[in-house]
Amino acid sequence: MTIRVRYFASLRERMGRADEELVPENLASVADVWKAVCEGQPLPENILCAVNMEYAHADTAVKDGDEVAFFPPVTGG
Amino acid sequence: MRIELRATAFDPLAELAGYQAETAVLAGSFGATALFIGTMRDSNEGQSVRKMTLEHYPGMTERQLQNIVEESRKHWPFDDVLVIHRVGELLPADPIVLIAVWSSHRGIAFDACRHILEALKHRAPFWKKEALEHGERWVETNTSGYVSGS
Repeated sequence: MTIRVRYFASLRERMGRADEELVPENLASVADVWKAVCEGQPLPENILCAVNMEYAHADTAVKDGDEVAFFPPVTGG
Repeated sequence: MRIELRATAFDPLAELAGYQAETAVLAGSFGATALFIGTMRDSNEGQSVRKMTLEHYPGMTERQLQNIVEESRKHWPFDDVLVIHRVGELLPADPIVLIAVWSSHRGIAFDACRHILEALKHRAPFWKKEALEHGERWVETNTSGYVSGS
C-alpha cells in the first residue's frame, strides 16, 4: 500500500506532475507528506490540503491508502 | 435537490425552468425562488480575457458542494436547491454557475442562496486559468464576498 499525493492548478504546474505515490514510512501527518515531496520544506500557508477529499491541516494524521491533495486557494463561482 | 458539474455550455434559465417543471414536489409549495447566475467576463484586472479553463478535483468538488448544500439547509431549511457549475473551457458571456433555492418565504431563499455561493467560492475545489491576448495566468483569489476573512 502507498499514500497517493495529488496536486492541482498552479501547484500541479510548479511541481511538474499531477500525482505521485509515496511509501508511508515515517509519514504521520500531512506536513510529513509535504516535506517528503518538497525537500523538507514546511507547508506554506497559502497551500490548502485535503485527506481523502475532505479539507485537512498540516497536523492531520495520514495512513496507508490515503489520498492526500495539495492545491492553491480555490477560485470557482 | 440536484448538484451537477457540467463540461459544456448551459442555459441557466432553461435549466431552472426544466428543473422546476420536473420537480413535482415543488408545485404549489414554495413562495420564493432566489437565483444567482455567475457569468464569465471578457476582462479581469485590466486585461482582456479570451478564454477561461476551470479545473476541478473530481470527487472532492462534488463532495464539498454536497457538504455546503447540506450545511446550508440545516441553517436555512429551504424546500429545494439546484446547483450547476461549469468545468472545462469557457468563453466570455458563458454562464459559470447557477444556484437556485426554493423556499416558503424570501428570507430563507435569499440567505441560503448567498451562503451557498460564498461557501462555494471559498471551499469548492475549482481553479480558473485565464487565456489573455498574450499568455495565460491563474486567477489567484476571488473577489471579496461577505464571509469573514474573504
